[in-house]
Amino acid sequence: MRIFIATMAAFLAAVGVVAAPGVANACAGLIGSNGSVQLGTTTTLAGYDDGQEQYVTSFEFQGGGGQFGALIPLPGIPSNIERGGDWTLQRLERETTPVRFEAASFDTALAGSPRAEVIQEVTIDALDLTVLKGGGADVAAWAQEHNFSLSADAPEVLDFYAQRSPIFMAAVFDGDAAAARGQQLGDGTPVHLTIPTDNPWVPLRILGLGKLPSDIVTADVFLLTDQKPALLPLGKPGLDVSYNQTASNELLTDLRTDKGGSWVPEEAWLTKLQINSTVSDLNYDLAVDTSSAKSPSRVAAGLELVSAVTPSTPTGGSTLAWYWAAALGAAIGAVVLGGWRPWGGRR
Amino acid sequence: MNRRHLLALAGLAAVVLIAAGWSGGASANEATIGIHFSHYTPSDLTAKVGEPITITLRNDDPIAHEWIVGTPQLHEIHRTAPPEFHNQFPTEVTIPALTTRVTTVQFDAPGDYQYICHLPGHEAYGMVGTLHVVAD
Repeated sequence: MRIFIATMAAFLAAVGVVAAPGVANACAGLIGSNGSVQLGTTTTLAGYDDGQEQYVTSFEFQGGGGQFGALIPLPGIPSNIERGGDWTLQRLERETTPVRFEAASFDTALAGSPRAEVIQEVTIDALDLTVLKGGGADVAAWAQEHNFSLSADAPEVLDFYAQRSPIFMAAVFDGDAAAARGQQLGDGTPVHLTIPTDNPWVPLRILGLGKLPSDIVTADVFLLTDQKPALLPLGKPGLDVSYNQTASNELLTDLRTDKGGSWVPEEAWLTKLQINSTVSDLNYDLAVDTSSAKSPSRVAAGLELVSAVTPSTPTGGSTLAWYWAAALGAAIGAVVLGGWRPWGGRR
Repeated sequence: MNRRHLLALAGLAAVVLIAAGWSGGASANEATIGIHFSHYTPSDLTAKVGEPITITLRNDDPIAHEWIVGTPQLHEIHRTAPPEFHNQFPTEVTIPALTTRVTTVQFDAPGDYQYICHLPGHEAYGMVGTLHVVAD
Protein backbone atom coordinates (compact mmCIF):
# COMPACT_ATOMS: atom_id res chain seq x y z
CA MET A 1 0.00 0.00 0.00
CA ARG A 2 1.27 3.41 -0.95
CA ILE A 3 0.63 6.31 1.31
CA PHE A 4 -0.19 9.71 -0.05
CA ILE A 5 0.23 13.14 1.32
CA ALA A 6 -2.75 15.09 2.44
CA THR A 7 -3.09 18.69 3.28
CA MET A 8 -3.22 19.54 6.91
CA ALA A 9 -6.13 21.80 7.53
CA ALA A 10 -4.95 23.02 10.85
CA PHE A 11 -2.47 22.22 13.49
CA LEU A 12 -2.90 22.88 17.11
CA ALA A 13 -0.03 22.46 19.42
CA ALA A 14 -0.01 22.93 23.09
CA VAL A 15 3.32 23.08 24.72
CA GLY A 16 4.16 23.35 28.31
CA VAL A 17 7.45 24.07 29.93
CA VAL A 18 7.35 24.05 33.61
CA ALA A 19 9.64 24.53 36.55
CA ALA A 20 12.80 24.83 34.58
CA PRO A 21 14.35 27.18 32.12
CA GLY A 22 13.63 25.82 28.77
CA VAL A 23 11.44 25.37 25.84
CA ALA A 24 8.83 22.90 25.04
CA ASN A 25 7.71 22.19 21.60
CA ALA A 26 5.35 20.15 19.69
CA CYS A 27 4.80 19.87 16.03
CA ALA A 28 4.26 17.36 13.34
CA GLY A 29 4.46 17.07 9.65
CA LEU A 30 1.35 15.37 8.56
CA ILE A 31 0.58 12.90 5.88
CA GLY A 32 -2.54 11.53 4.41
CA SER A 33 -3.52 8.38 2.72
CA ASN A 34 -4.80 8.01 -0.77
CA GLY A 35 -6.31 11.42 -0.45
CA SER A 36 -9.24 9.80 1.30
CA VAL A 37 -8.15 10.06 4.87
CA GLN A 38 -7.17 13.39 6.20
CA LEU A 39 -5.62 14.27 9.44
CA GLY A 40 -7.76 16.97 10.91
CA THR A 41 -6.79 19.16 13.73
CA THR A 42 -3.87 17.90 15.72
CA THR A 43 -3.71 19.14 19.25
CA THR A 44 -0.60 18.74 21.31
CA LEU A 45 0.39 19.52 24.83
CA ALA A 46 3.93 19.28 26.04
CA GLY A 47 4.89 20.09 29.57
CA TYR A 48 8.36 20.22 30.95
CA ASP A 49 9.09 19.49 34.55
CA ASP A 50 12.03 18.03 36.37
CA GLY A 51 13.93 17.09 33.25
CA GLN A 52 11.04 15.34 31.58
CA GLU A 53 8.80 16.55 28.85
CA GLN A 54 5.23 15.34 28.99
CA TYR A 55 3.94 15.29 25.46
CA VAL A 56 0.28 14.75 24.74
CA THR A 57 -1.04 14.89 21.22
CA SER A 58 -4.14 13.71 19.48
CA PHE A 59 -4.94 12.54 16.00
CA GLU A 60 -8.40 13.20 14.74
CA PHE A 61 -10.12 10.67 12.53
CA GLN A 62 -11.60 12.38 9.47
CA GLY A 63 -13.00 9.35 7.76
CA GLY A 64 -11.94 7.36 4.75
CA GLY A 65 -9.82 4.29 4.39
CA GLY A 66 -6.20 3.38 4.00
CA GLN A 67 -3.35 4.75 6.01
CA PHE A 68 -1.96 8.13 6.76
CA GLY A 69 0.48 9.38 9.26
CA ALA A 70 2.75 11.99 10.66
CA LEU A 71 6.28 12.46 11.74
CA ILE A 72 6.44 14.20 15.04
CA PRO A 73 9.57 15.92 16.21
CA LEU A 74 10.57 14.98 19.72
CA PRO A 75 13.15 16.53 22.01
CA GLY A 76 14.44 13.13 23.03
CA ILE A 77 13.78 9.42 23.21
CA PRO A 78 10.54 8.70 25.06
CA SER A 79 10.80 6.62 28.19
CA ASN A 80 7.11 5.86 28.02
CA ILE A 81 4.35 5.99 25.41
CA GLU A 82 0.76 5.43 26.40
CA ARG A 83 -2.76 6.45 25.62
CA GLY A 84 -3.30 10.00 26.73
CA GLY A 85 -6.00 11.50 28.86
CA ASP A 86 -9.41 11.91 27.34
CA TRP A 87 -9.98 15.62 27.72
CA THR A 88 -6.77 17.44 28.60
CA LEU A 89 -6.40 18.95 25.16
CA GLN A 90 -10.00 20.02 24.95
CA ARG A 91 -9.74 21.62 28.38
CA LEU A 92 -6.79 23.70 27.24
CA GLU A 93 -8.70 24.88 24.21
CA ARG A 94 -11.65 25.83 26.34
CA GLU A 95 -9.44 27.73 28.71
CA THR A 96 -7.85 29.84 26.03
CA THR A 97 -10.31 30.18 23.20
CA PRO A 98 -12.89 32.50 24.78
CA VAL A 99 -10.31 34.82 26.26
CA ARG A 100 -9.14 37.77 24.21
CA PHE A 101 -5.66 38.71 25.20
CA GLU A 102 -5.05 42.43 25.19
CA ALA A 103 -1.95 44.07 23.90
CA ALA A 104 0.55 41.30 24.07
CA SER A 105 3.79 43.00 24.84
CA PHE A 106 6.01 40.62 22.98
CA ASP A 107 8.38 42.50 20.81
CA THR A 108 7.43 41.08 18.99
CA ALA A 109 27.83 13.51 -1.06
CA LEU A 110 26.56 10.49 -2.06
CA ALA A 111 26.13 8.76 1.19
CA GLY A 112 26.01 5.13 1.96
CA SER A 113 22.75 3.43 2.66
CA PRO A 114 21.09 5.47 5.36
CA ARG A 115 19.34 3.59 8.10
CA ALA A 116 17.19 4.96 10.85
CA GLU A 117 17.32 3.12 14.14
CA VAL A 118 13.94 2.04 15.43
CA ILE A 119 13.93 2.88 19.10
CA GLN A 120 10.41 1.93 20.05
CA GLU A 121 7.17 0.73 18.50
CA VAL A 122 3.81 1.17 20.16
CA THR A 123 0.24 0.74 18.93
CA ILE A 124 -2.50 2.85 20.45
CA ASP A 125 -5.94 2.23 19.04
CA ALA A 126 -5.56 2.70 15.28
CA LEU A 127 -2.24 4.49 15.58
CA ASP A 128 1.08 2.74 15.01
CA LEU A 129 3.84 4.80 16.60
CA THR A 130 7.49 4.31 15.76
CA VAL A 131 10.28 6.28 17.40
CA LEU A 132 13.20 6.69 15.05
CA LYS A 133 16.74 7.85 15.55
CA GLY A 134 18.68 9.08 12.60
CA GLY A 135 19.43 11.91 10.25
CA GLY A 136 17.26 13.23 7.51
CA ALA A 137 18.42 10.68 4.98
CA ASP A 138 17.90 7.90 7.51
CA VAL A 139 14.33 8.91 8.17
CA ALA A 140 13.67 9.40 4.50
CA ALA A 141 14.91 5.91 3.78
CA TRP A 142 12.76 4.46 6.55
CA ALA A 143 9.74 6.25 5.21
CA GLN A 144 10.23 4.96 1.70
CA GLU A 145 10.82 1.45 2.96
CA HIS A 146 7.43 1.76 4.59
CA ASN A 147 5.79 2.84 1.36
CA PHE A 148 5.86 6.52 2.06
CA SER A 149 7.44 9.02 -0.24
CA LEU A 150 8.57 12.45 0.81
CA SER A 151 7.64 15.71 -0.82
CA ALA A 152 10.10 17.85 -2.75
CA ASP A 153 10.87 20.09 0.20
CA ALA A 154 11.52 17.17 2.54
CA PRO A 155 15.28 16.86 1.97
CA GLU A 156 15.86 20.49 2.91
CA VAL A 157 13.43 20.52 5.80
CA LEU A 158 14.68 17.22 7.16
CA ASP A 159 18.20 18.50 7.02
CA PHE A 160 17.13 21.73 8.71
CA TYR A 161 15.96 19.72 11.70
CA ALA A 162 18.38 16.84 11.64
CA GLN A 163 21.24 19.19 12.36
CA ARG A 164 19.69 19.70 15.76
CA SER A 165 17.72 16.59 16.50
CA PRO A 166 17.99 12.97 15.41
CA ILE A 167 14.75 11.79 17.02
CA PHE A 168 11.49 11.44 15.13
CA MET A 169 8.25 9.70 15.89
CA ALA A 170 6.32 8.35 12.95
CA ALA A 171 2.63 7.98 13.64
CA VAL A 172 0.77 5.94 11.09
CA PHE A 173 -2.96 6.11 11.38
CA ASP A 174 -4.85 3.21 9.88
CA GLY A 175 -8.14 4.59 8.66
CA ASP A 176 -9.56 1.16 8.02
CA ALA A 177 -8.69 0.05 11.53
CA ALA A 178 -10.23 3.23 12.92
CA ALA A 179 -13.43 2.55 11.06
CA ALA A 180 -13.39 -1.06 12.21
CA ARG A 181 -13.00 0.13 15.78
CA GLY A 182 -16.09 2.21 15.38
CA GLN A 183 -14.32 5.54 15.55
CA GLN A 184 -16.49 8.37 14.38
CA LEU A 185 -15.51 11.40 12.38
CA GLY A 186 -13.74 13.84 14.59
CA ASP A 187 -12.77 11.26 17.17
CA GLY A 188 -9.30 11.87 18.45
CA THR A 189 -6.73 9.40 19.69
CA PRO A 190 -4.69 11.03 22.45
CA VAL A 191 -1.11 9.92 22.90
CA HIS A 192 1.04 10.75 25.90
CA LEU A 193 4.81 10.56 25.76
CA THR A 194 7.23 11.08 28.60
CA ILE A 195 10.52 12.35 27.24
CA PRO A 196 13.57 12.86 29.43
CA THR A 197 15.39 15.83 27.99
CA ASP A 198 17.25 18.96 28.91
CA ASN A 199 16.43 20.58 25.63
CA PRO A 200 12.78 20.90 24.72
CA TRP A 201 11.98 23.13 21.75
CA VAL A 202 9.13 23.75 19.34
CA PRO A 203 9.48 23.03 15.62
CA LEU A 204 7.16 25.14 13.48
CA ARG A 205 8.71 25.10 10.03
CA ILE A 206 7.75 21.50 9.62
CA LEU A 207 4.12 22.52 9.51
CA GLY A 208 4.69 23.73 5.98
CA LEU A 209 6.18 20.51 4.77
CA GLY A 210 4.66 19.31 1.55
CA LYS A 211 2.83 22.54 0.96
CA LEU A 212 3.32 25.24 -1.62
CA PRO A 213 5.08 28.44 -0.56
CA SER A 214 1.84 30.38 -0.86
CA ASP A 215 -0.20 27.91 1.18
CA ILE A 216 -1.41 29.03 4.57
CA VAL A 217 -0.45 27.23 7.75
CA THR A 218 -2.68 27.71 10.74
CA ALA A 219 -1.71 26.49 14.16
CA ASP A 220 -2.23 27.17 17.82
CA VAL A 221 0.77 26.66 20.04
CA PHE A 222 0.32 26.53 23.80
CA LEU A 223 3.14 27.11 26.23
CA LEU A 224 2.79 26.21 29.88
CA THR A 225 5.84 27.53 31.67
CA ASP A 226 6.91 28.23 35.20
CA GLN A 227 7.25 31.93 34.37
CA LYS A 228 6.33 34.30 31.60
CA PRO A 229 8.57 33.11 28.77
CA ALA A 230 10.81 34.98 26.40
CA LEU A 231 10.11 33.91 22.83
CA LEU A 232 12.04 33.89 19.60
CA PRO A 233 11.26 34.87 16.95
CA LEU A 234 8.86 37.72 17.60
CA GLY A 235 7.16 40.02 15.19
CA LYS A 236 7.05 37.56 12.36
CA PRO A 237 4.16 37.88 9.92
CA GLY A 238 1.36 35.58 10.93
CA LEU A 239 2.68 34.84 14.42
CA ASP A 240 0.60 36.38 17.17
CA VAL A 241 0.29 35.96 20.91
CA SER A 242 -3.36 35.58 21.76
CA TYR A 243 -3.23 34.47 25.38
CA ASN A 244 -0.61 35.32 27.92
CA GLN A 245 -1.35 35.08 31.61
CA THR A 246 -1.05 32.97 34.71
CA ALA A 247 -2.74 29.64 34.27
CA SER A 248 -5.82 29.43 36.41
CA ASN A 249 -5.95 27.03 39.31
CA GLU A 250 -9.07 25.56 37.80
CA LEU A 251 -7.26 24.75 34.57
CA LEU A 252 -4.26 23.22 36.30
CA THR A 253 -6.48 21.19 38.57
CA ASP A 254 -8.46 19.92 35.63
CA LEU A 255 -5.35 19.02 33.68
CA ARG A 256 -3.92 17.28 36.72
CA THR A 257 -6.95 15.11 37.19
CA ASP A 258 -7.02 13.79 33.65
CA LYS A 259 -5.25 10.53 32.89
CA GLY A 260 -1.49 11.02 32.98
CA GLY A 261 -1.82 14.55 34.31
CA SER A 262 0.00 14.10 37.59
CA TRP A 263 2.97 16.03 36.20
CA VAL A 264 1.00 19.27 35.97
CA PRO A 265 2.47 21.74 38.47
CA GLU A 266 0.69 23.81 41.06
CA GLU A 267 1.50 27.07 39.33
CA ALA A 268 2.27 27.88 35.71
CA TRP A 269 2.14 30.56 33.03
CA LEU A 270 -0.02 29.88 29.99
CA THR A 271 0.80 31.36 26.61
CA LYS A 272 -1.03 30.73 23.39
CA LEU A 273 0.48 31.63 20.05
CA GLN A 274 -1.59 31.60 16.92
CA ILE A 275 0.03 30.99 13.59
CA ASN A 276 -1.65 32.05 10.38
CA SER A 277 1.27 32.24 8.02
CA THR A 278 2.26 31.41 4.50
CA VAL A 279 4.62 28.49 4.19
CA SER A 280 7.31 30.74 2.78
CA ASP A 281 7.17 32.97 5.85
CA LEU A 282 7.12 30.08 8.29
CA ASN A 283 10.81 29.35 8.01
CA TYR A 284 11.61 29.23 11.70
CA ASP A 285 10.94 27.32 14.89
CA LEU A 286 9.94 28.63 18.28
CA ALA A 287 12.53 29.05 20.97
CA VAL A 288 11.43 29.76 24.51
CA ASP A 289 13.41 30.78 27.54
CA THR A 290 11.83 31.03 30.96
CA SER A 291 15.04 31.74 32.76
CA SER A 292 16.07 35.13 34.05
CA ALA A 293 18.31 35.51 31.02
CA LYS A 294 15.30 35.87 28.76
CA SER A 295 17.52 34.85 25.90
CA PRO A 296 16.00 32.23 23.63
CA SER A 297 18.44 30.50 21.33
CA ARG A 298 18.66 31.64 17.71
CA VAL A 299 19.79 28.13 16.83
CA ALA A 300 16.78 26.59 18.52
CA ALA A 301 14.59 29.01 16.60
CA GLY A 302 16.21 27.93 13.36
CA LEU A 303 17.48 31.43 12.70
CA GLU A 304 21.13 30.41 12.73
CA LEU A 305 22.90 27.31 11.68
CA VAL A 306 24.49 25.22 14.34
CA SER A 307 27.95 25.95 13.05
CA ALA A 308 27.30 29.69 12.99
CA VAL A 309 26.81 29.96 16.71
CA THR A 310 29.49 30.89 19.12
CA PRO A 311 29.32 30.03 22.78
CA SER A 312 28.11 32.61 25.18
CA THR A 313 27.87 32.79 28.91
CA PRO A 314 24.27 33.32 29.75
CA THR A 315 23.25 34.75 33.04
CA GLY A 316 20.61 33.26 35.19
CA GLY A 317 20.78 29.85 33.61
CA SER A 318 19.59 30.74 30.17
CA THR A 319 18.57 28.01 27.86
CA LEU A 320 21.01 29.41 25.35
CA ALA A 321 23.71 27.24 26.75
CA TRP A 322 21.56 24.20 26.34
CA TYR A 323 20.96 24.78 22.72
CA TRP A 324 24.53 25.42 21.96
CA ALA A 325 25.55 22.30 23.75
CA ALA A 326 22.89 20.38 21.96
CA ALA A 327 24.03 21.78 18.68
CA LEU A 328 27.47 20.43 19.32
CA GLY A 329 26.18 16.97 19.62
CA ALA A 330 24.35 16.42 22.79
CA ALA A 331 21.52 16.48 20.47
CA ILE A 332 18.18 15.58 21.44
CA GLY A 333 15.40 16.72 19.67
CA ALA A 334 13.46 16.09 16.93
CA VAL A 335 11.76 16.66 13.98
CA VAL A 336 10.34 16.41 10.77
CA LEU A 337 8.30 15.22 8.22
CA GLY A 338 6.05 16.35 5.79
CA GLY A 339 4.42 15.58 2.72
CA TRP A 340 4.58 12.05 1.73
CA ARG A 341 3.63 10.97 -1.69
CA PRO A 342 3.59 7.69 -3.43
CA TRP A 343 6.80 6.85 -5.15
CA GLY A 344 6.66 8.25 -8.61
CA GLY A 345 3.06 9.21 -8.24
CA ARG A 346 1.31 11.83 -10.25
CA ARG A 347 -1.25 14.39 -9.31
CA MET B 1 -3.69 5.13 -29.49
CA ASN B 2 -2.97 4.90 -25.82
CA ARG B 3 -1.20 7.38 -23.60
CA ARG B 4 2.07 5.53 -23.91
CA HIS B 5 2.09 5.99 -27.64
CA LEU B 6 1.14 9.63 -27.36
CA LEU B 7 3.95 10.23 -25.00
CA ALA B 8 6.46 8.48 -27.19
CA LEU B 9 5.36 10.30 -30.30
CA ALA B 10 5.34 13.65 -28.62
CA GLY B 11 8.80 13.15 -27.33
CA LEU B 12 10.21 11.88 -30.56
CA ALA B 13 8.48 14.37 -32.79
CA ALA B 14 9.33 17.38 -30.72
CA VAL B 15 12.97 16.69 -30.36
CA VAL B 16 14.83 14.36 -32.61
CA LEU B 17 17.14 12.71 -30.25
CA ILE B 18 19.48 9.85 -30.51
CA ALA B 19 20.67 7.78 -27.66
CA ALA B 20 24.37 7.43 -27.96
CA GLY B 21 24.37 4.99 -25.10
CA TRP B 22 22.27 4.63 -22.00
CA SER B 23 25.22 4.40 -19.70
CA GLY B 24 27.42 6.88 -21.33
CA GLY B 25 28.45 6.28 -24.86
CA ALA B 26 31.17 8.16 -26.66
CA SER B 27 30.45 11.82 -26.51
CA ALA B 28 32.17 15.01 -27.38
CA ASN B 29 30.47 16.84 -24.58
CA GLU B 30 29.95 15.92 -20.98
CA ALA B 31 28.29 17.59 -18.06
CA THR B 32 27.25 16.80 -14.54
CA ILE B 33 24.03 17.94 -12.96
CA GLY B 34 23.84 17.70 -9.22
CA ILE B 35 20.54 17.40 -7.41
CA HIS B 36 20.39 18.77 -3.89
CA PHE B 37 17.40 19.88 -1.85
CA SER B 38 15.25 19.25 -4.90
CA HIS B 39 17.06 21.66 -7.19
CA TYR B 40 19.29 21.11 -10.21
CA THR B 41 22.81 22.50 -10.23
CA PRO B 42 23.51 23.89 -12.72
CA SER B 43 20.09 24.91 -13.87
CA ASP B 44 21.47 25.90 -17.26
CA LEU B 45 23.48 23.79 -19.67
CA THR B 46 24.54 24.35 -23.24
CA ALA B 47 24.90 21.73 -25.98
CA LYS B 48 25.60 21.92 -29.66
CA VAL B 49 23.08 21.01 -32.29
CA GLY B 50 23.61 17.54 -33.63
CA GLU B 51 26.24 16.58 -31.09
CA PRO B 52 25.61 14.11 -28.31
CA ILE B 53 26.07 15.30 -24.78
CA THR B 54 26.58 12.86 -21.94
CA ILE B 55 25.07 14.01 -18.71
CA THR B 56 25.82 12.57 -15.30
CA LEU B 57 22.88 13.03 -12.96
CA ARG B 58 23.95 12.86 -9.33
CA ASN B 59 21.12 12.76 -6.81
CA ASP B 60 22.35 13.78 -3.38
CA ASP B 61 18.85 13.81 -1.95
CA PRO B 62 17.32 10.98 0.09
CA ILE B 63 14.33 10.94 -2.23
CA ALA B 64 13.97 10.01 -5.88
CA HIS B 65 13.97 12.59 -8.63
CA GLU B 66 13.56 12.76 -12.37
CA TRP B 67 15.37 14.50 -15.18
CA ILE B 68 13.12 14.88 -18.15
CA VAL B 69 14.21 17.13 -20.99
CA GLY B 70 12.19 18.20 -23.97
CA THR B 71 9.66 20.55 -25.44
CA PRO B 72 6.79 22.22 -23.62
CA GLN B 73 4.43 19.72 -25.19
CA LEU B 74 6.41 16.83 -23.82
CA HIS B 75 6.44 18.32 -20.36
CA GLU B 76 2.73 18.93 -20.45
CA ILE B 77 2.16 15.27 -21.12
CA HIS B 78 4.48 14.26 -18.31
CA ARG B 79 2.65 16.46 -15.85
CA THR B 80 -0.28 14.10 -16.05
CA ALA B 81 1.29 10.86 -17.22
CA PRO B 82 1.52 7.89 -14.90
CA PRO B 83 4.99 7.05 -13.66
CA GLU B 84 5.58 3.90 -15.66
CA PHE B 85 6.55 5.97 -18.65
CA HIS B 86 9.88 6.95 -17.26
CA ASN B 87 13.26 5.49 -18.09
CA GLN B 88 12.20 4.51 -21.57
CA PHE B 89 14.12 7.26 -23.29
CA PRO B 90 17.50 8.87 -22.72
CA THR B 91 15.64 12.12 -22.17
CA GLU B 92 13.58 10.67 -19.35
CA VAL B 93 15.60 9.51 -16.40
CA THR B 94 14.56 8.52 -12.93
CA ILE B 95 17.33 8.89 -10.38
CA PRO B 96 16.66 6.97 -7.15
CA ALA B 97 17.68 8.49 -3.85
CA LEU B 98 21.42 8.91 -3.37
CA THR B 99 22.34 7.44 -6.72
CA THR B 100 23.88 8.53 -10.00
CA ARG B 101 22.63 7.93 -13.51
CA VAL B 102 24.28 8.72 -16.82
CA THR B 103 22.45 9.46 -20.03
CA THR B 104 23.39 10.75 -23.45
CA VAL B 105 21.11 12.86 -25.54
CA GLN B 106 21.35 14.70 -28.82
CA PHE B 107 19.14 17.41 -30.20
CA ASP B 108 19.04 18.15 -33.91
CA ALA B 109 17.18 21.41 -33.65
CA PRO B 110 18.38 24.49 -31.82
CA GLY B 111 16.34 25.85 -28.98
CA ASP B 112 15.89 25.91 -25.25
CA TYR B 113 14.72 22.62 -23.83
CA GLN B 114 13.68 22.59 -20.21
CA TYR B 115 14.60 19.75 -17.94
CA ILE B 116 12.11 19.15 -15.17
CA CYS B 117 11.35 16.68 -12.42
CA HIS B 118 7.73 15.75 -12.81
CA LEU B 119 7.29 13.97 -9.52
CA PRO B 120 4.39 15.62 -7.70
CA GLY B 121 5.26 19.04 -6.44
CA HIS B 122 8.87 18.95 -7.57
CA GLU B 123 8.47 21.30 -10.52
CA ALA B 124 6.60 23.79 -8.37
CA TYR B 125 9.37 23.55 -5.81
CA GLY B 126 11.89 24.62 -8.43
CA MET B 127 13.20 21.48 -10.09
CA VAL B 128 13.49 23.16 -13.46
CA GLY B 129 16.49 23.83 -15.65
CA THR B 130 17.21 24.62 -19.27
CA LEU B 131 19.35 22.90 -21.86
CA HIS B 132 20.32 25.47 -24.45
CA VAL B 133 20.96 23.79 -27.79
CA VAL B 134 22.89 26.11 -30.03
CA ALA B 135 24.32 26.02 -33.52
CA ASP B 136 28.08 26.12 -34.01
